[in-house]
Amino acid sequence: MKDNKQPILEIKDLQTHFKTDAGVVKAVNGVSFTVNKGETVGIVGESGCGKSVTNLSIMRLIPSPPGKIVGGEVLFDGENILDLPESELREIRGNKISMIFQDPMTSLNPFLKISTQMIETIRLHEKDVDKQEARKRSIEMLKKVGIPAAEARIDSYPHQFSGGMRQRVMIAMALSCNAQVLIADEPTTALDVTIQAQILELIQQISKDFGTAVILITHDLGVVAGMCDKVCVMYAGKIVEEAYTYELYNNPAHPYTSGLIQSVPRMDTQNKQKKLFSIEGQPPNVIDLPPCCPFHPRCHKTMDVCRCALPPTYEVSEDHKVNCWLYASEEEKAKAVADAAKENDK
Amino acid sequence: MTKYIIKRLLGMIPTLLVIITLSFFIVRVAPGGPFDGERALPEEVLANIEAKYHLDEPVLQQYGRYLFDVVRGDLGPSYKYVDNDVNYYIFTSLPNSAVLGVVAILIALIFGILFGILAAIYQNSWIDYLTMGLAVLGISIPLFVIGPLLQLVFAMKLHWLPISGWYSTGEGYSTIILPAISLAFAYFATIARLTRSSMLETLRSDYIRTAKAKGMKNSTIIAKHAMKGAMLPIVSYLGPAFAGIITGSIVIEQVFRVPGIGKFFVQSSFNRDYTLIIGVVIVFSVILVVMNFLVDIVYALLDPRIAY
Ligand SMILES: Nc1ncnc2c1ncn2[C@@H]1O[C@H](COP(=O)(O)OP(=O)(O)OP(=O)(O)O)[C@@H](O)[C@H]1O
Ligand SMILES: [Mg+2]
Repeated sequence: MKDNKQPILEIKDLQTHFKTDAGVVKAVNGVSFTVNKGETVGIVGESGCGKSVTNLSIMRLIPSPPGKIVGGEVLFDGENILDLPESELREIRGNKISMIFQDPMTSLNPFLKISTQMIETIRLHEKDVDKQEARKRSIEMLKKVGIPAAEARIDSYPHQFSGGMRQRVMIAMALSCNAQVLIADEPTTALDVTIQAQILELIQQISKDFGTAVILITHDLGVVAGMCDKVCVMYAGKIVEEAYTYELYNNPAHPYTSGLIQSVPRMDTQNKQKKLFSIEGQPPNVIDLPPCCPFHPRCHKTMDVCRCALPPTYEVSEDHKVNCWLYASEEEKAKAVADAAKENDK
Repeated sequence: MTKYIIKRLLGMIPTLLVIITLSFFIVRVAPGGPFDGERALPEEVLANIEAKYHLDEPVLQQYGRYLFDVVRGDLGPSYKYVDNDVNYYIFTSLPNSAVLGVVAILIALIFGILFGILAAIYQNSWIDYLTMGLAVLGISIPLFVIGPLLQLVFAMKLHWLPISGWYSTGEGYSTIILPAISLAFAYFATIARLTRSSMLETLRSDYIRTAKAKGMKNSTIIAKHAMKGAMLPIVSYLGPAFAGIITGSIVIEQVFRVPGIGKFFVQSSFNRDYTLIIGVVIVFSVILVVMNFLVDIVYALLDPRIAY
């Protein structure tokens, strides 16, 4: 199965910083992962860990100032998006990679009709499609995402739609691009469970029919289990664990990942009465992170080395990577501790 | 929409009535009268004059009479300029002020919006600094300085334009340019600053990010997605701006010898020329009320979220 996979999007050591009054926010601090053709990759992690910034950086949509992509590569079909001139970047945006934004309430233009915004999306990259045809396709798309009476409502303005409906319009708009990569940033947060299921199924269907690769950002580990081939777990601007979904759920290697999985309520276990597991403490401030494992204050397996050095990446099994000192050899840990002590003495 | 327009038009009537009433009584409360001169007039002559203008009647009767005339479109006789009545003076001078005001506001709008948008797009570039520099100048230099300054440079030194005068008295259309620019400068400054800041804010909004994510050209994004939202503050500003242009033109009309309505506003107050004062006030109020009405309509047309 893994052999015939071709990478469509490769993110290599991506770094995005924000200059703020309090200091430099290292929102994305060396993120690497690969999305293969037709594959669905989940990104999970607590609020503020840099999921949205990672994906906005892929599209080069970071507000600048204060944001800046300070390093790394984003290879689409082998070409570095970060080096492209404006005109070629436009060919990628909305055409090769399309994006569902996290904030449905503000991401649609309040001054333009839904129809205008949807039709322009289709016609922007498919110049031979006329308005009538684009309108028809937009209505179809709206129906697919479950907007009732789409023919009539397509000429409404965004403020005449509810939050959930606006989110569905955003989704319909992003899906109508027929892009090769779809980035969905918490696409179903404002939707109720039945519609959520319907939308996720639709994304899955489109991914299957058109071979679209999907990056799915979510808080919901249940959704990840159902949808994703691969999962990246983010913590404080870094990916701390990456594995195929089945492997990740069965053999979580990072203490943070196992914490996340344990904090999901389950119906099938005996001890229902017991309090839900939760990870103690707060995610760290990503300004001025010291060179140590960012998770160590909250980790129940903390060792000396965790406090003084950043954990490197280990491959616990094939295609299962983790950034954690638990998988280092004793010599390696001892060396890291000694190096850190030397640094301190200086 | 039609219903809203009719409602708004009907709503103007009480507003204007209040303005007429207030100005009618306030001018009479002010000390002095139209016929108090250096030399006191003989009793009989004064009585005669007052009888002629019905000033001997009880004040409420005068008020009723005046209101009745105004409704028929007659603003009454002037007490000082006896050759003609108030209607004549206003409607010969108003068009000159209107031309000056409209040209000035157009200059301010066109250049203000243009510079404001460029400054926002090329933030922290030379065009941004130039715009902000001009804006500071425009806001801080008073009208009676900018007018003579332009006269000095463009009329007296360079001889490009006439120093003063007005086209209606046969001095050519180029006479409009200097007074209009002087009048426009302060408004250009405010409009440029408003446009810049509201465009900057709009460009940072999520829906502009969505448009970018679609792969749209920057110029299209500005024209199609950003303009409407960015122009809303400008539209709201136009109502008060127009009021400012009209009152501001009093100074400029003096400096450039423009036969506008501003002169009557000042003169009539000195002369206690009751009918002329109220007449000018009514004209200004009508312009203001109508401008505010138009501004609201344009605003509603631009912003679909506004329900009428
Ligand atoms: N415009 C900005 N200016 C300054 N800091 C920013 C900006 N945008 C994001 N950040 C910071 O970057 C970090 C990552 O933010 P991001 O939006 O990627 O989080 P997230 O993982 O998507 O969270 P959520 O699940 O709540 O959406 C946060 O610490 C945030 O404060
Ligand atoms: Mg987010």
